[in-house]
Amino acid sequence: MRFDIDIGKEVVAAGRRFSLAVRFTTEADRLALFGPSGAGKSLTLACIAGLVTPDRGRIAIDGDVWLDTAQRIDIPTRDRRVGFVFQDYALFPHRTVEQNVAAADDRGYPRRRSRERQGDIDALLALFALDELRASYPEQLSGGQRQRVALARALLAKPRLLLLDEPFAALDAALRQRLRAELVAVQQRFGVPMLLITHDPDDLAECAQQVVTLAGGRVAPSS
Amino acid sequence: MPTVDTALVPLLLTLKVAAWATLFAAVLGVGAGLLLARLRFPGRDIVDAFLLLPMVLPPTVLGYYLLVAFGRSSALGRWLEQGLGIELIFTWQGAVAASTVVAFPLVFKAARTAFEAVDRNLENAGRTLGYGEWTVFVRVSLPLAWRGIVAGAMLAFARAIGEFGATLMVAGNIPGRTQTMSIAIYEAVHAGDDALANVLVLIASGVCIALLVAASHAVRGARSRIVPL
Repeated sequence: MRFDIDIGKEVVAAGRRFSLAVRFTTEADRLALFGPSGAGKSLTLACIAGLVTPDRGRIAIDGDVWLDTAQRIDIPTRDRRVGFVFQDYALFPHRTVEQNVAAADDRGYPRRRSRERQGDIDALLALFALDELRASYPEQLSGGQRQRVALARALLAKPRLLLLDEPFAALDAALRQRLRAELVAVQQRFGVPMLLITHDPDDLAECAQQVVTLAGGRVAPSS
Repeated sequence: MPTVDTALVPLLLTLKVAAWATLFAAVLGVGAGLLLARLRFPGRDIVDAFLLLPMVLPPTVLGYYLLVAFGRSSALGRWLEQGLGIELIFTWQGAVAASTVVAFPLVFKAARTAFEAVDRNLENAGRTLGYGEWTVFVRVSLPLAWRGIVAGAMLAFARAIGEFGATLMVAGNIPGRTQTMSIAIYEAVHAGDDALANVLVLIASGVCIALLVAASHAVRGARSRIVPL
């Protein structure tokens, strides 16, 4: 994978102005955006997913342009095929574990599920040890289980790029250790490039092949 | 003596008018509620206040506005009558229009609050899964806001059943055609027909109690995550 980003965005939140100007290029399959909170990591991730539109700039993956403000190109989120694991996981509270994992297939009316897709869903549930929880609701799950559901839900859509927003921040230290290894194994198994953001230096050594450090909305020169 | 006709006809008319008014108010209220919960635009507060106006305006004032808006002398009224064949003045359809306007703010307010409470990240999660905006609405926002919307629609239905002032102004008081229960009670009392008034009042009270029980059941059902979509 080759990923290019060069974007700028001004935001005013709570009366304070924040200016984001991020540029980097990577061919790494596992990239970490690292920096303290308030460095602009989440905003950058939202721009990559298309959830926030930058004021100016360009984003491209393997030669496909997702955003180019000069050419007025802005591919909507639904067509970018990114898998997004939100910091709080953003599982649908009104849907069971199985329904959450299957959510990417719920684009038609009424919902339809081919036998082949049900096979994919069952395989993901088994892989993430969610088999026995398939009828549970998100509120009944532990933090680690929720993360697995979010990961499985994102992977069913066969994303081109997996984006993870502080995936381990909500978990305790012991679990964090185990899930880091699990995440790397999943990335290698599915061959999907991933970009995760973190403020925890321990995540870098285990999860990332390349690190981009952000500070104050800019890429720090060391990276 | 009250007969089946004098008691039942106003009741059935009232239920028919209230059901249509609730349907229209629900569709309009959910749409407006979603727009105002999601969009930021200049003058948003003014639009918001304007949409809530029917809740605070005297019903007769509201009825007068509707009379002016839908009457034969207005362009809208002429278009409805000549273009669509819908006449609203002194018809039961006019009663529906009056009740819709009066009931609308109740659904609108409930829907807006319910949509505002839906976590935006859940809608974003849908978008990253390939959902278009309509699918985000049907699969994520609407089911999560459903409870609030149903509660608002129940209130709207109750309000439409009790509608008096605006309906009287627009639809008048034609027995068998536009005379709803509230108006029939008013007239029975004025005419000194205490027997009919008693029967109508008892029916009205019974229907409202039944509605309250049904509403609390529906809310309990919604709590156990049973949503239609």
